[in-house]
Amino acid sequence: MIKSFSRGARGRLQRAAPFAAALALAACTTPGSPAGSATSAKSAAPAGALAALRRADVLWLQRVTFGLDSRTLADYRRLGRERYLDQQLHPRDEALPEPVAAQLRALEVPQTDPAGTLGELHERRRSLNAMSEGADQDQARKALNEEGNRLAYRAVRRQLLRAVYSPAQLREQMVWFWLNHFSVHQYKADERWLIGDYEERAIRPHALGRFRDLVLATLEHPAMLEYLDNAQNAVGHVNENYARELMELHTLGVDGGYGQQDVQQLARVLTGVGINTGAAPHLRRDWQGSYVRHGAFEFNPARHDFGAKTLLGQRIDGEGFAEVERAVTLIVRRPACAHFISRELATYFAGDNPPAELVDAMAGTFRRTDGDIAATLRTLLLSRQLTALPAPKFKDPMRYVLSAVRLAYDGRTITNTRPLLDWLNALGEAPFGRATPDGYPLTGPGWESPGQMSRRFEIARAIGSGNVHLFDAEDTGAATTNRFPQLSNRLYYEAIEPFLAANTRAALEQAGSPQEWNTFLLASPEMNYE
Amino acid sequence: MSSLMSRRRWLKLAGGTLASLAAAGRLYAAPPGGPRFLLVFLRGGYDAANTLIPYSSDFYYEARPGIAIPRPDPSSGTGALTLDADWALAPALRESVGVLYQQRQVAFVPFAGTPDLSRSHFETQDSLELGQPLDGARDYRSGFLARLHSTLTSQGPAASAAIAFTDGLPVALQGPDHIPNISLRQVGKPPFDDRQARIIAAMYAGHPLEPAVASGLELRREVAQAMQTLADEMRSSGRDALSIKGFELEAERIARLMRDEYRIGFVDVGGWDTHVNEGATQGVLAANLAGLGRGLTVLAQSLGAEWKNTVVVVLSEFGRTFRENGNRGTDHGHGTVYWVLGGSVNGGRIAGEQRALARGTLFQDRDYPVLNDYRAVLGGLFRSLWTLTPAQCAQIFPQITPVDLQLV
Repeated sequence: MIKSFSRGARGRLQRAAPFAAALALAACTTPGSPAGSATSAKSAAPAGALAALRRADVLWLQRVTFGLDSRTLADYRRLGRERYLDQQLHPRDEALPEPVAAQLRALEVPQTDPAGTLGELHERRRSLNAMSEGADQDQARKALNEEGNRLAYRAVRRQLLRAVYSPAQLREQMVWFWLNHFSVHQYKADERWLIGDYEERAIRPHALGRFRDLVLATLEHPAMLEYLDNAQNAVGHVNENYARELMELHTLGVDGGYGQQDVQQLARVLTGVGINTGAAPHLRRDWQGSYVRHGAFEFNPARHDFGAKTLLGQRIDGEGFAEVERAVTLIVRRPACAHFISRELATYFAGDNPPAELVDAMAGTFRRTDGDIAATLRTLLLSRQLTALPAPKFKDPMRYVLSAVRLAYDGRTITNTRPLLDWLNALGEAPFGRATPDGYPLTGPGWESPGQMSRRFEIARAIGSGNVHLFDAEDTGAATTNRFPQLSNRLYYEAIEPFLAANTRAALEQAGSPQEWNTFLLASPEMNYE
Repeated sequence: MSSLMSRRRWLKLAGGTLASLAAAGRLYAAPPGGPRFLLVFLRGGYDAANTLIPYSSDFYYEARPGIAIPRPDPSSGTGALTLDADWALAPALRESVGVLYQQRQVAFVPFAGTPDLSRSHFETQDSLELGQPLDGARDYRSGFLARLHSTLTSQGPAASAAIAFTDGLPVALQGPDHIPNISLRQVGKPPFDDRQARIIAAMYAGHPLEPAVASGLELRREVAQAMQTLADEMRSSGRDALSIKGFELEAERIARLMRDEYRIGFVDVGGWDTHVNEGATQGVLAANLAGLGRGLTVLAQSLGAEWKNTVVVVLSEFGRTFRENGNRGTDHGHGTVYWVLGGSVNGGRIAGEQRALARGTLFQDRDYPVLNDYRAVLGGLFRSLWTLTPAQCAQIFPQITPVDLQLV
């Protein structure tokens, strides 16, 4: 088939022919295929063989997932839109294909509480600092640094493998979305030791749950407390960094109706909220009942400002950690919060500048359900704006790279995620790589500049020509023979080819090799937008 | 210059799709001479009070018991560098920006900043880069450097060529002219030959991204070529390109492109949000300042004869709290200090409106006040650099009267 590939205008027809046979075979063996497909697949036109997908279906599915793969299409066909969505919103089956699951098992999802991890780290650092200066100390410092890098990369690997292969694609997108919304940076302080746990225990369980739970889970996680400095926030040593971002970036938005006074008041509420990896402090008797500790999280009344505060016009009396819970409840129930979160979600799924009526409808659901994320997403994803030919949305690098890989290597298991991370780095959107707490941009202008477009095309070429190491052994580095992917596959004919623009078809016809054909397809507007 | 030939060839290959590039002024090499402007944006709010130190103020030393930089010792060759009777320069900048100051090629504008009071990095960066009135409806696709660029197009494309040396296009350069960007941290061989580039560009014919795609492909090729020449020159002159890194390496590359091609440039440098343990004479802030200073020195040297035509402004979205916080750091503040550097800058002085620093000087009892509005200062600078009319100034910074601080 590859040999039959020839230059010239007939290229497309010549390529199309061998696919008819492959598709007929596949259609016969796919359970639950539409009844008519087995017979119609005998026809020579492969696109016509499975013509059941409308453009609106394809566009909708592209939003709900990190890009199409065969399993997504099969599930969608079997279930229809609403049932498919309900499964995505309340996923029961999140089983990964066994070769991927095996890799994840080997990645030692952290079972110990961060208190243990951090305690051990602090201990090692103490003994390192006690060493006399010299080669041994340098060696120990280097080893510790490498361990941090290894742990952070494990977290990245787990995230990327699940994003590519999990059938619960919407959960994976929401894990990414919330990690970005409650962004932490792996290169600050001890974050590399914490980000795996942060994703696993603070973000993932609440990604489709209740917004308040999510805010509190991030508020109590050492990754956030360290990243935004609240671990240092104490009475008499107030640090307002987290208090500000908690309102500006996490809940209300910069125009959310609070002022500098509120930032200072919330910072006082948050005094004493921090990290402890060692023994509980010795406290005055009247403070002992206020002490809160789970894992590395600590509320230490000795560091708390018990004076009364006024936050957003509400008086909050000094009563310890209950103040924090009250403050969060007060904030997340503000209409501004429902609106801000709805708008962020709509921007991510529906497109830049989402219409006010859509955001209002979502905010209505958010408030009615007391911040139920799945319910809010349901309003969004079943809205007219999403179901009836949504306006094109430019893919951010994560969506671009993942959708390209899901299409190119449909069903083949990646064993080395390093190239994925390299591409995301090159495009400026590596997991846990945003230095500032605002997270990566959700809109097109953040990603579609000339410099980024040319980078993207380089990555298209790398993926399309198979000049990558996705199938090397991650740990030993043993290389496999590189094969370029077969992008003109069944998925392509079913869901992409029928909707290609004339310009893209013309470019594909000029391809001089299958690798070049792949590159052009991956560089096309159709692959860069969803 | 050989790249002119290749530009013509490219233009022919890509046909009409590059029309808007010509409008953006990018297809012509800038002739020698003529003003150049580079904005260096320190993202995160650098601590101006520990950079330009108000050493005559006792209040400074009271407010920063843990992180104040000791008063300069005129008899010493180290420590803070005395600039005048009130101000001294951070020790970390002594050997770089300090030397330029003594050559009268640097002026500082303290009490500078924006009217934005959000104290949010992101909000203030956006509002600064947009440079629009705070109280009106904002146009998020119109940055002030993009407006400067379009104002200058009347002086010919070569005089207005603009570029961002960043991964993404910054807000300051967003606008209708499709100004290009390219990160100079890594530059290698271009991945596509002309035929492949033309085919890819053609897929975007008539598409909203057509200019970005064409410009990205062409710039990638052009920069690779220019950087190859630069690397060859450095090798033949016995300098090893690999021995410099970080912002210094970027600065070397920026200088090459600003020298030969561009008149308006933008680059950003991160890592300034020092809430905790920012250090004093040494530490996090000092290390960042030292790297920045070395890069600016490289930039000045590498621009060669064009340094006298170049003005570099270094700024941040806001200053930090005048008092240190509970963690030997500083929090988000308001007024800051702008740096103005260049071969013909009227330097060696502290410019703009000033006040003696005491507690009562502080804005909201916590920050430097803003006495020198960034739009008035930059507007005045642009007016002098390019001899702009009032109408042109108003196009760049609406509703603002430029102030002439005699910076150039």
